[in-house]
Amino acid sequence: MRQFPHILKKEFADYFVSPIAYIVIAIFLIVTGWFFFSTFFLYNQASMRNFFTLLPIIFSFVIPAVCMRLFSEETHQGSYELLMTLPVTHADVVIGKFSAAVVFCCAMLIPTLAYPASISFLGSMDWGPVIGGYIGAILLAGAFSAISLFASSLTDNQIIAFIIGAAVCITLTLINQMLFFVPSVVLSVISYIGTGVHFENISKGIIDSRDIVYFASVIFIFLYGTYISLLYKE
Amino acid sequence: MIHVDKLTKFYGDFCAVDHISLDVRKGEIIGLLGPNGAGKTTTLKMLTGFFPPTDGEIRVMDRSISENPLEIKQMMGYLPESSPFYKDMLVYDYLMYVARMRGIPSSERHARLKYLSGLCSLSAIMHKSIGDLSKGLNQRVGLAHAMMGDPEILVLDEPTQGLDPNQIVEIRGLIKKIGQEKTVIFSTHILSEAEATCDRVVIINQGKIVADGKMEDIRENAGKGAVLHITIANAEFESARLKLESIDGVASVSLVEKTDDGLISVTLDCPNDADPREAVYLKIKSTDWILLNFNRKKEALESVFHDLTRNSVN
Repeated sequence: MRQFPHILKKEFADYFVSPIAYIVIAIFLIVTGWFFFSTFFLYNQASMRNFFTLLPIIFSFVIPAVCMRLFSEETHQGSYELLMTLPVTHADVVIGKFSAAVVFCCAMLIPTLAYPASISFLGSMDWGPVIGGYIGAILLAGAFSAISLFASSLTDNQIIAFIIGAAVCITLTLINQMLFFVPSVVLSVISYIGTGVHFENISKGIIDSRDIVYFASVIFIFLYGTYISLLYKE
Repeated sequence: MIHVDKLTKFYGDFCAVDHISLDVRKGEIIGLLGPNGAGKTTTLKMLTGFFPPTDGEIRVMDRSISENPLEIKQMMGYLPESSPFYKDMLVYDYLMYVARMRGIPSSERHARLKYLSGLCSLSAIMHKSIGDLSKGLNQRVGLAHAMMGDPEILVLDEPTQGLDPNQIVEIRGLIKKIGQEKTVIFSTHILSEAEATCDRVVIINQGKIVADGKMEDIRENAGKGAVLHITIANAEFESARLKLESIDGVASVSLVEKTDDGLISVTLDCPNDADPREAVYLKIKSTDWILLNFNRKKEALESVFHDLTRNSVN
């Protein structure tokens, strides 16, 4: 496990070598900025709540787009072979790429710090939910990155990887709104599976170990799935 | 150095490599030859630890590749077919990345890069992005990639594929230079390349080894001796055949061509170590034939290869 920082560094730099990073960050900022501020003044409240309500849906599209190339491109180009014949383990590769995606998501969130900064001039701001919201956002980004990385390891076609990743992320995001379709026997299980509730709790500033465990397990399960999928490729 | 024992690989029902056993000594340059789809690339991929064999074992310096994959990958440099590198990266960045991945300490990375850029003549293209390079330059970056960790064993999959003749000569020279110190295994389907570069040739067909040894030995074992080509004027084929076949060391005489102006071209098949050129010349001298052309050819590599790879099909 000593090679993963090199992979992280390379993958992260790759985003900024090609135009992908700039395009994705620009789109993310425009979309969040527009949706957030178009209703912000109507509520007349100095809070970031709406921003964090929007985040899961936006992340469901943006993060699969960020992660789709991580394995698909390598297997498609054949550079996967070069990578795996270097002295690295599968775990190095999975963790390196995953952390590159998470670091990229953090880089994408950094410019949005301008929102709470400017809002705090307009009124007295409760910083608890904002800090909680950002912690939640990073956890959510981790979970969605793990899911999208797994999708990317399944196919050498980036579009398919994006669609699979986005489909899973959207389902997890929206499942809490569709609970009335669910039979009551499995209701508690299904409602636990959805990311919505867990993210909402954290973004209210309530840091509950159950929510942390939820995100940690999603990340672990999908990273492990990616690991298995790489082994299966052989 | 490398010990391969009953290596077998199945892709579903298809057997790509079928019980290959091979011993490679230190400092050898080995050419893996075979028609397309013979199992060369699969064998090399298993050697480098890219995927595990279905059955059989590979030991490098007495360590099993399935038990110590990292240690063995550290000892090996690999150039895959058609060098699929990250197209967006600069040559310098890419080679630095490989150096880091190979665990070269930061103080030595620059020196190593400088050495390799000299060896593979990369100095002029260090700042270019890999996607913009020509095939030949790309291949040189590939060699630098493979050589980065100063590996004991270099595995090259069709290193000269798609290059122009000058580049081929250049890369061959490089392989020979590297082979003075390292063990090199490379695959090719170009016979003259194997002959020009290798100490030892392993011919694979349909996943099996059909010949293994020095090029000359393979030629001899194929049971083919030399062939004499003669063109004479002023002679009838039948009488020429009788006369020539009576010479010791000539197994058979066959007609190649008979032209309208009375020239006949014949070939004389000679068994393995016979060289009846003198006797043939004296025989012709004793007649009134006019000798126009006389040469001796060793059995062409192509036909040895053709026989070896065709026989095993039958």
